[in-house]
Amino acid sequence: MDAELIAMQLFSGVALGAILIMVALGLSIIFGMLGVVNFAHGALFMVGAYAGLWVASLTGSFWWGLLIAPVAIGAFGMLIERFLIRPLYKRSVDDPLLLTFGLGYVLVEAVRIIFGSDGIPFQTPPELSGVADLGIGFFPIYRLFVVAVVAVILLLLWLGLEKTKFGLIVRAGAKDPQIMRVLGIDISKVWLLVFGLGIGLTALGGVLAAPMRNVNPEMGSLVLAEAFVVTVIGGMGSLVGAIVAGLLVGVAISMTALFAPEMATIVMFALMALVLLVRPHGLFGKPVRG
Amino acid sequence: MTASTSSVAAVMSGPAGRRGWRARLTAWRVPLSILALCLLPWLLPSQALAVNVLIYGLVAVGYNLLFGYTGLLSFGHAAFFGTGAYATGIAIGQFGVPWYAAIALGILAGGALAFVIGLLSIRTRGIYFSMVTLALSQLVYYTALQASSWTGGENGLRGFTVAKLDLFGWTIDFLDPLKKYYVLMVFAVAALWLVSRILNSPFGAVLEAIRENETRARACGYDVERSKLISFTLSGLICALAGTLSALHLAIVPLDILHYHTSGMIVMMTLLGGAGSFFGPFIGALAFLLMEDVVSLWTSHWQIVVGGVFILFVLFLPKGIWGTALSWRAGR
Amino acid sequence: MTKESKGLPFLTRRATLAGLAAGGATLAMPGILRAQGETIRIGFPTPLTGPFAAEAKDQVKSAELAVKLVNDKGGIAGRKVELLVRDDKLNAGEAATRTLELIEKDKVHAIVGALSSAVQLAVNEVTRARGVIYVSISQSDTINEIKDFSRFTFHEALNPHMTTAAVAKHTFKPGSKVAYLVADYAYGHEMLRGFKRAQAAIGATSVGEILHPFGAADYSTFMPRLRSMRPDILCICNFGRDQANAIKQAVDFGMNRQSKIVVPVLLHNQRLAIGPEAFEGVIGGANYYWGLEDTIPAAKTFNDAFKAANGGAYPTDYGAYGFTGVSSLLLAIEKAGGTDTDKVIAALEELKYDVAKGPQHYRKCDHQSVQSVLVLESKKKAEMKNEADLFKVLATEPASETILRSCSELGFPA
Repeated sequence: MDAELIAMQLFSGVALGAILIMVALGLSIIFGMLGVVNFAHGALFMVGAYAGLWVASLTGSFWWGLLIAPVAIGAFGMLIERFLIRPLYKRSVDDPLLLTFGLGYVLVEAVRIIFGSDGIPFQTPPELSGVADLGIGFFPIYRLFVVAVVAVILLLLWLGLEKTKFGLIVRAGAKDPQIMRVLGIDISKVWLLVFGLGIGLTALGGVLAAPMRNVNPEMGSLVLAEAFVVTVIGGMGSLVGAIVAGLLVGVAISMTALFAPEMATIVMFALMALVLLVRPHGLFGKPVRG
Repeated sequence: MTASTSSVAAVMSGPAGRRGWRARLTAWRVPLSILALCLLPWLLPSQALAVNVLIYGLVAVGYNLLFGYTGLLSFGHAAFFGTGAYATGIAIGQFGVPWYAAIALGILAGGALAFVIGLLSIRTRGIYFSMVTLALSQLVYYTALQASSWTGGENGLRGFTVAKLDLFGWTIDFLDPLKKYYVLMVFAVAALWLVSRILNSPFGAVLEAIRENETRARACGYDVERSKLISFTLSGLICALAGTLSALHLAIVPLDILHYHTSGMIVMMTLLGGAGSFFGPFIGALAFLLMEDVVSLWTSHWQIVVGGVFILFVLFLPKGIWGTALSWRAGR
Repeated sequence: MTKESKGLPFLTRRATLAGLAAGGATLAMPGILRAQGETIRIGFPTPLTGPFAAEAKDQVKSAELAVKLVNDKGGIAGRKVELLVRDDKLNAGEAATRTLELIEKDKVHAIVGALSSAVQLAVNEVTRARGVIYVSISQSDTINEIKDFSRFTFHEALNPHMTTAAVAKHTFKPGSKVAYLVADYAYGHEMLRGFKRAQAAIGATSVGEILHPFGAADYSTFMPRLRSMRPDILCICNFGRDQANAIKQAVDFGMNRQSKIVVPVLLHNQRLAIGPEAFEGVIGGANYYWGLEDTIPAAKTFNDAFKAANGGAYPTDYGAYGFTGVSSLLLAIEKAGGTDTDKVIAALEELKYDVAKGPQHYRKCDHQSVQSVLVLESKKKAEMKNEADLFKVLATEPASETILRSCSELGFPA
């Protein structure tokens, strides 16, 4: 086993980590700010991919799909928050989880009805297809593009949360909604926007994944597992946690793929179980109320 | 024992006049269940469906002990259900163990796993509890997938068909669907009786106290961790029993039995019928399976109906079918 | 089409529930019923929901066509044939339940169907214990082995051993360097075993095997190692969505520039779902392709009947299994003069049939259908004459027992 291969494997792991961060981001934000565990995350990821595909086929350009689909699905997410999730805020934390679990079923089946149960081809946009020579090996240009997009999104999110007034309100609202009401800030509007943002990011993940993985109604079910693993290892609701955990899981999978490839999926769950047993609320999470 | 029962019943039933009705229902719940279960194969479209209702009803009853009565949302109960099934199948198929001993082994294996997973997961709280149980049960799933020389891997476990049951010189034709149903029903009824006893005991009251307010229960001097662990293990034991019955019924163990979709289905059934009520889980399993069976004959898009109904229940009838019926009766 | 076939059993169920009304109707017209004879009922479990729903729907259409052709001729000895389609949801437990229902409640005379290996083995287990004839149409080596053998089960589909033998024969050369990416479950291992046996016989060499977890979505972490093996042939041994993802990502990583991508089985519907670009030049095996009609008259007849019944749609590989499986069973029932189990088994064992793809017969020891294997290559988009023109037939390996494992190897007494 030469050094070049190990370096390449490490790089693949980091790139996979970036994709996993993208996959987990929406779930993490919605949990962190609203305390809602979105079991329909995988389904909305898939809906995002289909929406991107649909817009791209209408406009003839991947870029419009990448731009419009997340916004549209984000708006759809706001409808979900307004009419399905909001009535449940006063109830147990389990209720939104259960509702979104049912919602996942409905969305997957709805897509099967509209687009058929078979997958649909989604080509890599021509300007991003091909492989790049990294010196240590070859890597698809499209995957490099995804890594770059993820970096930009993370930067924007950090700026938005740390440097703007809206970010301040969101962070304060996540800590203590009561105070916000006292201060006369309509917290329900903030939550609506945050939920929409989370779902929009989930859909963006779907569109970005579409040219790499195939677009089919079941593509979200694996994504849900991946997103949970990353979010839970990082600590639910922690942005830094999601980033660290995504990279950690990506590298773990990649290194396992080198030495015991058939264990590459199981290692993800083993890592999650291990982290939770040592730190019951994840690497960067805060303890939650029972 | 009776004192705590009536105090719980009194708290739950509100107006004094209704107390008698609720208490009577509680006292008669095991005989009533037996009666309903005896009639089941004659009321449903097929006997195979009746056996499934029996098995999934039992899983839901076991799950309800943890979710409904103790307030812990586990997303990993497929692990115990599946382990019970696998242990029974392996015992019969690979070691030639008699069927009754295989049932015992299945229950023990599932219960032991529940004890271990329970021990690890009750250290976490809230959402993390759901996630740890999910992660650990996925580990069990992938282990079963890998250990294919024992479990048959993705092809499933097979080769342990029990065609005849021998007991005390009697021989029962186990391929006859009705006889099979009533044999399996005996085990289900025994488990229901056990659950009823647990709920009536002081321990049952402790569990409900933990569900209502964990901090207060702890302040009252209850050993919350120990009670949770016992509840988790008992719940796993009952799911494991259901698993052994499933193995005997189908004569195969599909790998999907361990998948988190199975765990999700158990949660849906329990909630649909009414978590935290004695009859709820069985009614939920019945409603879920009947809905799936009938709708899937009519359209291949049955999932949209099942998912939609589930959403409506969470939104408007969170107490489930039975819980809603009870409060409606009590409120009149 | 599907709706219609699923509507009928629903009515039957309603009628059963109605009870008295149905009984009264039967009493009123005893003469008619006796003259017609009891309907021959065939249960057909198939995964109408889930990732193989498209294949399943094709299977249903083809099976219905086989039934229709017989009924149009007046049935078998005056008895009509009815197909009872059930959704097995690609879940072995569900399939076992549906099969029990079909046997116990619907009193079917035989079962045909199943797409996944796990479902097939579950149905096999249930029918074996109850002495019901089962024609399986899922690809697996396990079903041939003596451990799962049932004298009531006939295996209509190809098995991985014969498919890999045919594909390797037409792609591997002496001295070829072959790398394998294999799904880590029974079906993957069976395909690897088949390829490696052929590889040894041909004189090619293996430069490495990578097992990947069953159901993986991302294959990027396997690519650096596969690339470093520098193979002439990249053999991807998995199925369905796994295959689609693996091929697509292998192409993304430029693997198709240095190696030929070979798979054991090419699926019509998967190729449609992924598009021509990723599949371009990929070679794989198949039981059926409509393009056979140029050389085989039975294929032309089947294609025409299928197109006429389904608005011009072409039959597909897995769909054709539904047709050949039901047809062979009905031919045997006709020969046996009824549905007596032992007579039908004897008739199936003796049967020589050619209904869609050239001559076929069931081998006596393991009841495997001896049949031709096609080796296909996926066409470039520019070469496609129409939407269904997906593959080029590179070779047709004729029906012969020589590409099967021998009866003694499978554990059957000589």
